[in-house]
Amino acid sequence: MRGELIEEARRQATICNACRYCESYCSVFPALHEQRSLADMDIVQLANLCHNCRGCYYACQYTTPHEFNINLPNALAEVRRDSWEEFAWPTPLARAFHRKAWPSILVIMIGFTLIFGIAKLFGDLSGNDFYQVLSHSLMISIFLPAFVFPFIALSLSLRRYWKSVGGKPIKAKDIIATFRQVATMKDLAAGHGQGCNFEDEDKFSQARRYAHQAIMYGFLLCFASTTSGTILHYVFDIPAPYPLFSIPKLLGVPGGILMVLGCAYMIVLKKRSNPNIGDPGAWNGDLAFIALLGLVAFTGLALWVGANTALTAWLLIIHLATVFALFISAPYSKMAHGFYRLMALIRDAQRID
Amino acid sequence: MVDISEFQNIDIAIIGGGNAALCAAMTAAEHGAKVCILESAPKPFRGGNSRHTRNFRCMHQTPLGPLEGQYLADEYFDDLMKVTDGKTDESLARMTIEESEACFSWLRARGVHFQKALSGTLSLSRTNAFFMGGGKSLVNAFYRYSEAAGVRVLYNANVQTLDLDGQSVRSVSFKYENETHVIKPKAVIVAAGGFQSNIEWLEEAWGSGARNFIIRGTKYNRGRVLKNLLDQGVNQTGDPTQCHAIAVDGRAPQFDGGIVTRLDCVPFSVVVNKKAKRFYDEGEDVWPKRYAIWGRLIAEQPDQEAVSIIDSQAYELFLPSVFPPEKAHTIGELADKLGMPKQKLEKTIADFNAACGDLSGFHPTELDGVRTTGLTPAKTNWARPIEKPPFYAYSLKTGITFTYLGLKVDRNAQCSNAIGPIENLWAAGETMAGSILGQGYLAGFGMTIGTVFGRIAGAEAANYAR
Ligand SMILES: Cc1cc2nc3c(=O)[nH]c(=O)nc-3n(C[C@H](O)[C@H](O)[C@H](O)COP(=O)(O)OP(=O)(O)OC[C@H]3O[C@@H](n4cnc5c(N)ncnc54)[C@H](O)[C@@H]3O)c2cc1C
Ligand code: SF4
Ligand code: SF4
Repeated sequence: MRGELIEEARRQATICNACRYCESYCSVFPALHEQRSLADMDIVQLANLCHNCRGCYYACQYTTPHEFNINLPNALAEVRRDSWEEFAWPTPLARAFHRKAWPSILVIMIGFTLIFGIAKLFGDLSGNDFYQVLSHSLMISIFLPAFVFPFIALSLSLRRYWKSVGGKPIKAKDIIATFRQVATMKDLAAGHGQGCNFEDEDKFSQARRYAHQAIMYGFLLCFASTTSGTILHYVFDIPAPYPLFSIPKLLGVPGGILMVLGCAYMIVLKKRSNPNIGDPGAWNGDLAFIALLGLVAFTGLALWVGANTALTAWLLIIHLATVFALFISAPYSKMAHGFYRLMALIRDAQRID
Repeated sequence: MVDISEFQNIDIAIIGGGNAALCAAMTAAEHGAKVCILESAPKPFRGGNSRHTRNFRCMHQTPLGPLEGQYLADEYFDDLMKVTDGKTDESLARMTIEESEACFSWLRARGVHFQKALSGTLSLSRTNAFFMGGGKSLVNAFYRYSEAAGVRVLYNANVQTLDLDGQSVRSVSFKYENETHVIKPKAVIVAAGGFQSNIEWLEEAWGSGARNFIIRGTKYNRGRVLKNLLDQGVNQTGDPTQCHAIAVDGRAPQFDGGIVTRLDCVPFSVVVNKKAKRFYDEGEDVWPKRYAIWGRLIAEQPDQEAVSIIDSQAYELFLPSVFPPEKAHTIGELADKLGMPKQKLEKTIADFNAACGDLSGFHPTELDGVRTTGLTPAKTNWARPIEKPPFYAYSLKTGITFTYLGLKVDRNAQCSNAIGPIENLWAAGETMAGSILGQGYLAGFGMTIGTVFGRIAGAEAANYAR
């Protein structure tokens, strides 16, 4: 962990601890005020609790040009990203994905080359049914490792996080409390429920919260769609493609639309926001990640619309390349943030307990 | 670039950009007047002392938002009489108290959110409504609301003079970007705070010691308009030595350190001046009731400085400070670090420790009557020996919150001179608070005065301008 980032966050948190005006904005302050002095890992836990709603920035009487120079959302965002980079293995890969856009583009290209090559060698690029292009077993042989590897890598990172912040054995009620908060993104709503300060300075707005939830629920629907497809395939022996009125499509199509809209809106909002109150160093990496998420959903929808046409093979390869890129980079990209947030909230639920 | 000519055909010019000014602006705009705010601070520092506040004191007959139980007008008034020693204008005070209840929902409708009393301030949970995010978020909400209602806001606009002609203000002149501009609004509301940031003026009242004072709030409240109006014979209230002053951390910045520089350690400590001498009963009452006398007590000490000393037993008993205390393993070492006469400090602490008695009743949150015997001045509560190292020392200085000398107003917030009311001049907030408070202060009453009188002034001025 980079000492100077933690030191700066601690300096600011000490001022907050003597002030306490922001106490009811989010989960960070009650946790902060509980301690008189904050150890390094306390700061890391606080950083992961912060959702960068920016309420405390605009409410703060001590922001620059005041000599106390408070910008807590920024200080915590930098510690937070640094912690994700440090907990990831290998760290340089995480640094690249968080800070730059090119790694995301590169993995899409790698995915494309890989899948195109395999389809070319073993499949039929002129086929207009996607198992003609790439058989189901070939897909599984690409995506099983592309799913298992990031899963293991991320689990190890989260375990390190959990140990570092002094997590205790997790109880059901910790998880229930956490999911209740995540389901509504309470920490992006300020204590009064009117949203966060993002795209228009100190104006409270639900825009970012709604965009975030569209992406999150969209992603979960798509994930459920894929899972249901796998079950239909293996358990009921019903292979894809599925008609519109089937479980995978009823989940996947709205999910895909939500994700596309959510990602597009999030990019618009982000461009209107002030980068310096977030983590300016992660600006490009974040935008690339949102674009990748949107692209996964968009190409998925395009594949559905363009099924059984001459374009099928290309649409499939492009879609699978983006999915590959999303999964393989998950332990290093912003994708990891959701899991760290969950752990931080569970840890906080244990604190309140 | 702001086009100053837009300010020429304004109905009401409001001088200042804090709570009182904004309450007046919102009210006047809602009454249909064309209003401008002239705020001397740049945008990041807009909102004067109001941006440092955390609550306002609110009467309520039933539970109201986060306010528990009830807080009736008579109790409120009694509280006020206690802290001001009866030096209160009863009619204005009672009116302010009566109006405070309606302020709650009025503020809420203009974007202010309330929260439960902050941790460490539970004694105020029934009487004071806390702003979520503090005063700056209140100020932000008001600026948004005002601008949406058509109020013109000019930052960096430093009002210099008001041209008074008989019973009427003719014009207002202000400096903006090194140029002087003159506008002729139909009515003027002064809400430009006290004069505490004008150290030379403070020196006139307090002597050169004033140079050692810390000004807790904005450096923009320099009393320029106040002085200009008093010079033109507008009626004054209060005297220049009256102000709200507390003990703050000696390392606080000279201006604008705000709430975080306060120290809550005094009741659990021994307080000595530079000469290592005690000078007042540190345990006279619970801290919220006493913290406002310590500003004055310290102002009377050599170099306007003091030090509060505790031992490790007391370290966790109060809210954490923003600057770390000086720490040492013996009192002598502490004296060296503080640059104090070593033997004297050792003796003062030893004498104090020897005067402590039965500690079994020690209770940090109540008046526990654990007192010294045979010591002058006595410590009458929480008197526990300073004996368990490490020892800690917090330096203390006088921190001025705001001054009371101001414009005298009537129930309509209107100013007057020897002849009678000035027909188009009103005042609200700190700049007229001395009309109600002769001395002393009740936590949260400053924002109540500003809100109540801001609203009155806004409505009166709008009616006049119509
Ligand atoms: C640290 C601190 C904490 C406080 N906490 C509380 C609290 O919790 N509750 C409470 O009730 N009170 C509190 N107070 C007192 C409270 O701040 C005041 O009573 C209240 O804010 C007064 O409001 P106002 O609008 O009159 O003055 P201010 O908010 O100070 O506004 C005065 C404005 O006038 C402007 N101005 C000054 N001169 C000129 C000029 N020549 N031309 C143009 N503009 C000018 C200033 O820039 C400023 O914007 C606190 C004060 C401080 C310092
Ligand atoms: S962010 Fe600023 S206003 Fe909020 S608690 Fe910290 S110091 Fe106080
Ligand atoms: S940015 Fe929002 S979530 Fe983060 S500490 Fe500030 S108020 Fe809390």
